[in-house]
Amino acid sequence: MSHSVVVVDAVRTPFGKAGSLYANTRADDLMVRAVRGLLERNPKLPPNEIDDVAIAAATQTGDQGMNLGRSVALLAGLPNTVPGYAIDRWCAGALTAVTTIAGAIAFGSYDFAIAGGVEHMGNHPIGDGLDPNPRYLAEKIVEQDALAMGATAERLHDRFPTITKERADKYALNSQVKTAAAYAAGKIQRDLIPTAARNAELGWAIATVDEPPRPTTTLEGLAGLKTPFRPAGRVTAGNSSGLNDGATAALLANEKRALELGLTIKARLVSFAFAGVEPEIMGYGPVPATIKALAKAGLSIGDIGLFEINEAFAVQVLAFLEHFGIADDASNVNPFGGAIAVGHPLASSGVRLILNLARSFEEHPEVRYGMTTMCIGLGMGGTVIWENPHFVGTTKAGK
Amino acid sequence: MTTVSMQMPDGAPEEVVTHALVRDVDLGAFGCPGTLALITLDNGQDHNRPNTFGVQSLQSLDAAITEALSRKPKAIAITGKPFIFAAGADLSALAFLSNREQALAIGKLGHDVLRRLGESDIPTFAFINGLALGGGLEVGLHCTYRTLATTAFTALPEVFLGLVPGWGGATLLPQLIGPERATQVIILNALNNNTMMKSKDALVLGVVDAVFDPADFLERSISFAAQILNGTKKIERADYSNDPGWESALATGKAAALKKYGGAEIAAPARALALIGQSRTATRTSGFDAEDVALADLVMSDALRSSLYAFNLIMKKRKKVEGAPKPALARKVTKVGVVGAGLMASQLALIMVRNLKCPIVMTDLDQARVDKGVAWVHAELAKLVEKKRMSAESARRLSALVSGSVDQSVFATADFVIEAIFEELSLKQVLFKNLEKIVSPECIIATNTSSLSVEAMTQGLEHPERVIGFHFFNPVAIMPLLEIARTSTTDDATTATAVAIGKELKKTMVITKDSPGFVVNRLLIRFMGEITDAMDEGTPPEIADNAMRSVGLPMSPFELLGLVGPGVALHVAEILNKNLGPRYRISPTMQRLVAENVRTFYTKGDDGKYVANPAALALVEKGTNPSTSEQVRMRALNALAEEARMMLDEGVVSTPAEIDICMLLGAGWPMILGGILPYLDREGISQAVCGKPFHEKGVASLPL
Repeated sequence: MSHSVVVVDAVRTPFGKAGSLYANTRADDLMVRAVRGLLERNPKLPPNEIDDVAIAAATQTGDQGMNLGRSVALLAGLPNTVPGYAIDRWCAGALTAVTTIAGAIAFGSYDFAIAGGVEHMGNHPIGDGLDPNPRYLAEKIVEQDALAMGATAERLHDRFPTITKERADKYALNSQVKTAAAYAAGKIQRDLIPTAARNAELGWAIATVDEPPRPTTTLEGLAGLKTPFRPAGRVTAGNSSGLNDGATAALLANEKRALELGLTIKARLVSFAFAGVEPEIMGYGPVPATIKALAKAGLSIGDIGLFEINEAFAVQVLAFLEHFGIADDASNVNPFGGAIAVGHPLASSGVRLILNLARSFEEHPEVRYGMTTMCIGLGMGGTVIWENPHFVGTTKAGK
Repeated sequence: MTTVSMQMPDGAPEEVVTHALVRDVDLGAFGCPGTLALITLDNGQDHNRPNTFGVQSLQSLDAAITEALSRKPKAIAITGKPFIFAAGADLSALAFLSNREQALAIGKLGHDVLRRLGESDIPTFAFINGLALGGGLEVGLHCTYRTLATTAFTALPEVFLGLVPGWGGATLLPQLIGPERATQVIILNALNNNTMMKSKDALVLGVVDAVFDPADFLERSISFAAQILNGTKKIERADYSNDPGWESALATGKAAALKKYGGAEIAAPARALALIGQSRTATRTSGFDAEDVALADLVMSDALRSSLYAFNLIMKKRKKVEGAPKPALARKVTKVGVVGAGLMASQLALIMVRNLKCPIVMTDLDQARVDKGVAWVHAELAKLVEKKRMSAESARRLSALVSGSVDQSVFATADFVIEAIFEELSLKQVLFKNLEKIVSPECIIATNTSSLSVEAMTQGLEHPERVIGFHFFNPVAIMPLLEIARTSTTDDATTATAVAIGKELKKTMVITKDSPGFVVNRLLIRFMGEITDAMDEGTPPEIADNAMRSVGLPMSPFELLGLVGPGVALHVAEILNKNLGPRYRISPTMQRLVAENVRTFYTKGDDGKYVANPAALALVEKGTNPSTSEQVRMRALNALAEEARMMLDEGVVSTPAEIDICMLLGAGWPMILGGILPYLDREGISQAVCGKPFHEKGVASLPL
């Protein structure tokens, strides 16, 4: 009884630096804006046809609490017949919202649903309000490093000594360069929903571009940055994603119903998998997750023509690429740049990967399969494999 | 750039400046090349202190427009802070303008700044995200286009306050939406207790071009602007200069003003109508110049000063009850008893259940009366559901809370029992003694008496300290005043509880001494008595009744009599005559009207117009000492001054302002009179009758 699951559309707010652009904007308002922008772009979908709204946040208190899925549905003006739920898998929140919704569509329970995520790291600093069980450390279930994401990145450098700070900085620079190029070509702006942000001193701002990118980044500049997670370390603010605010939303559908309503199709789900690793090297998570997802799809890494991998840390991307024998600067990996440049508002990022991949699919009809993957705190990875609906070739890999 | 160098007058409170902040918006993201200069109006406070425009605020806006233009944008847009666009001119400063030049200058300054939005080479937009009143809405009217949030209320309340929309509104609005609709907004809405437009009204009237949900109002408004700018959307404007509706619109406005002020020609609506009429052919400059003159004339009038005084008084008294004990002393009220099930009692039950949402039990002499009272409340709740002003569920909940009985033992668990039985002291004394046997010692026993001594009702009670006067005005749901009368023994807990209930009922309260007629009826009956006396002495009834027309009261004395009913009026007059003295005379005409059951001096003719009632005229006492209209007017006003001064001397209330608030909210007397005492002051009547005015110069009048 499995049904084909597709992404009809995906959008996001421009991302901001924590404490800056959206300092006076609520997280739920960001999320509402993304959902309303998504629906405005897809007027053929009657809102009462939406079967569920799954919204992720890594911290679910305050303006990210109150069951975000339901409260965003109500605040966005969806009919009160549309239900919703909140979801959490830390950085992979939105990705998990997508896969969970996808499961329900595949099962035939849903025809249309919204999956998204938001993180206002200005309002909810990472780790804020957490109360780790003392058993973690007392019983050596994890080491201290496992609980600080920067420390896990340093540990990954320890694990893979060939991934040097220089390689990480070079990768980070490339992310900035690719992002700047994508912006110059207008490739990123088209999926950004302009978002009003109040500032009592300066007046309303209308965000139309991401705030975090640093297009003037240089290798020299990166080399000189501090390594805050350990003395003489390798992980810096420059080769990591920042602390950001933003929201993303995707419209998922049963393919048949989507076509009946005349909706576009941007990506078709092939398989997904989540996998665990040692929490101390959480950045390695995408490797086992990808192996698992490929196996379920009956594909090999060579069949994947386009990659969107979340850049929590450069080292974690490089560990993935090195495992699968892909070049650090491969043009089919994060072609529009990644989180190191545009930012990583934790639970929102999964859908950003999908919307980028969908745009790359349009540009590459010769590619049949693409992948979105990301690492997750406490030692996990998540991978989703997608089929390009624009694919015109005949071979399996298409490349 | 205009030269805006005006200073605020001495003594004016420091302006809460609304800052005008400019930022660029990239229209590329909205499908239009170029940028929009977005001006935000933000005074840095929350929505409880709306944006307003004083001199510095206008100067800030002026500078922002200059800055915006210098950035060479495609268009300029202006919006507000959360929930608020702008609530208009800074009224707190108006009362301190001490000469006509200042008044002219503030009008001109507003025009000079705002008209830049209407005369710039590039389109301008108002994104009205929230409340926009008066000068706030006028900012929008100067702009080329307007969008409005679906939840935002808008209005031009100037005429309500005694002003005209004098920063462009009186000229621009008729030109934008035509004379009939402009008259609706500027005159009819303002005079109808300052009715504000909902967004859909504003859209239908053409005041705004588009409405958007508040969730992403600003973004959608910018998108709207982008569509205008890139030509994908066009807004058509009509030319109303040859509209056939000009004369009828002005006539409608004039009739509404005459009706509102009981036939008196009042300056503010008249001036506003003149400006509307003139706008048909006016240029911006000629229209705005005329507005400046009208505004200055009105600002420099005592009527406007009285009106501002009254407006501020209403705002202040709504929040603070003079002489109220600490709110913490109030007891919890979870069940209310209403003795009586007649129309007044039923109204009390309705307002109590709607606001307190607790069980209400009504009692009366027999089951039929009880059933009728309860059924009336239920029917009123059903009507609210029909009018979609209440959900069926809420009505069901409230209906279930209202019950009735012929057995007063149902009051045993009540916390507050109010009586609304016949106005007869002995009946109420018996009632209270009986009630005391049933209710707890803390249960408050309140009376809705309008004229009897509350203290006298406590005679022989074991717990007189829980008795209090709780006097509503008819119709209870609409009249905002509640007179709370303390006896010499009423304790603070009782008073605090009564005030707490009054707050729940959303009433403005005045605490008075227990004195016959309290404030409103004492003045109204005295005033009406002078008119009937004049008639009884031989003044023709129409002369007597029309003598007060020029004052601006909403109803003539006999119209008021028809509303109250001669029976009640006579009964109250008799009580006041007995308790306050012979200046409250018993009119033989009134006695005959009551005896013959003639209810009114006016009846509705076949054509729907009111005409003199021959049955009433036939009963008028034929005196031989007629007065002129002016003599009648003076004697009635003199009586008001005399009675008000006596009330203050007796300590019925402690300040003239309390008398004014009572007349504003209990009698519906107009703000331009300041209630009544500012009017008596400025007419020289207080001085002549009492030897001194009630208010110091400048409080509710020009400071000169």
